[in-house]
Amino acid sequence: MNSGFRLFPEQASTTAQHLDHVTIYLLIVAAFFSTLIFALIFYFAVKYRRRAEHERVVESHGGMTLEIIWTVVPFLLMMVMFVWGANVFFEMSRPPDDAMNVYVVGKQWMWKTQHLEGQREINELHVPLGRPVRLTMTSEDVIHSFYMPAFRVKFDVLPGRYTTAWFNPIKAGKYHLFCAEYCGTLHSGMIGWIYVMEPAEYERWLAGGPAGESLASGGEKLFQERGCANCHLSDKPGRCPNLVGIFGQPVQLTTGQTVKADEAYVRESILDPSAKVVAGYQNIMPSFQGLVTEEDLLQLIEYIKSLAKPQQQAAPPAARAGRKQNR
Amino acid sequence: MITAIAPTRDNYLTHEYGIKSWLFTQDHKRIALLYLGAISFFFFLGGVFATIIRLELLTPPGDLVSAQTYNKLFSLHGIFMIFLFMIPSIPATLGNFLVPMMIGCKDLAFPKLNLLSWYIFMAGGALVMYAMLVGGVDTGWTFYTPFSTSYANTYVILTATGIFITGFSSILTGLNFIVTIHRMRAPGLTWFRLPLFIWSMYATSVIQVLGTPVIAVTLLLVAVERGFHIGIFDPNLGGDPVLFQHLFWFYSHPAVYIMVLPGMGVISEVISVYSRKKVFGYKFVAFSSVAIAVLSFLVWGHHMFVSSQSVYASLVFSFLSFLVAVPSAIKVFNWTATLYKGSISYDTPMLYAFGFIGLFTIGGLTGTFLATLGFDVHVTDTYFVVAHFHYIMVGGTMMAYLGGLHYWWPKITGRMYPEGWAKLSALVVFLGFNLTFFPQFIMGYLGMPRRYHAYPPEFQIYHVLSTAGASVLAVGYVIPAIYFIWSMRYGKFAPDNPWGATGLEWQTTSPPPPENFEITPVVGYDAYDYSILEEMKVG
Repeated sequence: MNSGFRLFPEQASTTAQHLDHVTIYLLIVAAFFSTLIFALIFYFAVKYRRRAEHERVVESHGGMTLEIIWTVVPFLLMMVMFVWGANVFFEMSRPPDDAMNVYVVGKQWMWKTQHLEGQREINELHVPLGRPVRLTMTSEDVIHSFYMPAFRVKFDVLPGRYTTAWFNPIKAGKYHLFCAEYCGTLHSGMIGWIYVMEPAEYERWLAGGPAGESLASGGEKLFQERGCANCHLSDKPGRCPNLVGIFGQPVQLTTGQTVKADEAYVRESILDPSAKVVAGYQNIMPSFQGLVTEEDLLQLIEYIKSLAKPQQQAAPPAARAGRKQNR
Repeated sequence: MITAIAPTRDNYLTHEYGIKSWLFTQDHKRIALLYLGAISFFFFLGGVFATIIRLELLTPPGDLVSAQTYNKLFSLHGIFMIFLFMIPSIPATLGNFLVPMMIGCKDLAFPKLNLLSWYIFMAGGALVMYAMLVGGVDTGWTFYTPFSTSYANTYVILTATGIFITGFSSILTGLNFIVTIHRMRAPGLTWFRLPLFIWSMYATSVIQVLGTPVIAVTLLLVAVERGFHIGIFDPNLGGDPVLFQHLFWFYSHPAVYIMVLPGMGVISEVISVYSRKKVFGYKFVAFSSVAIAVLSFLVWGHHMFVSSQSVYASLVFSFLSFLVAVPSAIKVFNWTATLYKGSISYDTPMLYAFGFIGLFTIGGLTGTFLATLGFDVHVTDTYFVVAHFHYIMVGGTMMAYLGGLHYWWPKITGRMYPEGWAKLSALVVFLGFNLTFFPQFIMGYLGMPRRYHAYPPEFQIYHVLSTAGASVLAVGYVIPAIYFIWSMRYGKFAPDNPWGATGLEWQTTSPPPPENFEITPVVGYDAYDYSILEEMKVG
């Protein structure tokens, strides 16, 4: 691995292909302007070098045409960069609906990844070839940044909120995973590998691990243990909202606002229940801050998501329900 | 052999002697030299940190210093180079010396405030030094939260307080310049007759006065959260970590222009005098400085494309970042056009100016790369960014600072520097710089993250090139340090106007008298009107 002088990194995702096209355009524009400026400076410096001590110089007066040309032309070329770059950026920020979900928890100084099927990994992530992967990420302490150069994907991982990133691997292999946001003493040790495997091989890998329970069933256990089920699965009205079918739906709050019951909302409602109280209910739920870990929270979220499914499948046509699935 | 005759007239250096005459001086020229001494010392320390960093990175494993020491080294390198060297560099030394001289007045508007600024700067610097000596800081110069407020075990509050204090020096210097430029210009010296260096100092001062209070408040908030656990940035205390980044970059992006605008001013002066031509498109160059100062406040979010800021905010910041590139491009084209049909000589300052234009062009173009949204996602927080800002700050500002020091050295000290050595060192700096930082663009795009103590072996080749370049660069900086000191005693005596320049600072003696001009000059011509020199000789 020590040898090999390369100028472009491995191109292992669809995004990488799209971004490298932008890069080539940027390089052409940069090469054109730097060559132009260097050549002109060199040419003028030689051609108009001082030949006599008291040389007379004819003043060339500023030309409006020239000023307009060298303002407008670079500006237009930059607008191409802007639009093209924004286009790739929007692609990067919108995971496809059929992406498989993987959870990432960063902490000083390791990456913990969790598959919905229950497999947990440390500083590694195994994914199947050719299938978009959506990462839902959070941090237990400081800000980290999940960076996979071969996929041209990077996104900050923050404490107290969920961020997402996604990639569609197009080449099997083993790729670097780095933490890109400085996070303390062993920042440069917070690295790992992404394994992109043939789908069949990936299935074998999934099955081969220790027979763990899925995230959702782990969440169900917590839901029972922590006493959430006593109240939040009850059909009796009054005490607290029933969570069946709640995920992804709008929720009316006591303040009159409406929020979407997404990952961040569920997380906040567990840790800081008084922040957003559902309309028609009292602010009586205790905070679970310090009682559940980030990983517990992810399991609970997956469980609450799974509660949503039967109802969704029942109500809308089957085709739509399939698209809504998050795995 | 010294052939020129030693100046017999009273000058600001010989007017008074003794340590007190320096420490209590209100002469802007002496204060400029006090700053020069201080920032040279801080630059030396910053350079020592950089040297150890480059040596550590020669091999993939972290084997020279511990991870914690490495983190402190890059933090201190950034803090010393940015807050204690780059920000005061050109404004506090050349600016202090030249602003009153270029506009034909005796001193800055508030001489005592000027001396106070130096003492404030030294107090802040001393505090940062003290923090370094008792254990240092490992947050990077960026102090990102919640790492800096809740997790770092180093001297964050002490260091931040030091930087907080130096900020007041920056604000007061900016204020002093703004008032001086408005109120104290010589008769006849209208705004559009001002040297472009003054325009760029003016734009810089505006940013210093408007931007610095924000970083001061931000660092104060960091200290409050760290010291009293009042939740501002740490989500565990109910804060918002991204809020810190907004506040920090609201100052720190404009600060890039505090660092580079003065350099652009120097280049305008140098290009003109060694081409013996008016700067092409004077008004465009002047107003582009103002445009940069205004736009610089509207682009901070381009540091935060992957921070979880809204994608639409990112879209706006990307667009505005392209806009701020336009005035910089205008400057580069106008400087190049100034050379056309000029009478070009290759004196050392001109070599630095050529270097500046070339390196700033690369720095600026790669800046547009980083303004491109998708591209930035891949390379932010990698060595690509490190290379980019070193091209702007070291390739740009540092080249301009060195060029400016050479250009005005005869005026400042009354002595000439040795031209041969100076040309050699300019070449060494240029080559060393490119060898150090160009490979970093490549390794950044390949994915090498910044602030890594150890790294995967496939990046080694680029780090070896970079370290080799850094050794060359170090030689390029040591040579001028030696001959500048040497020339103060042994250099040839400088004539009043060795370069045939038109600026008012060249119409007085070298070194200038304490009050700068024996008679207040009256200005009846535009900046860079070289025909005036012939008339003066005749008159």
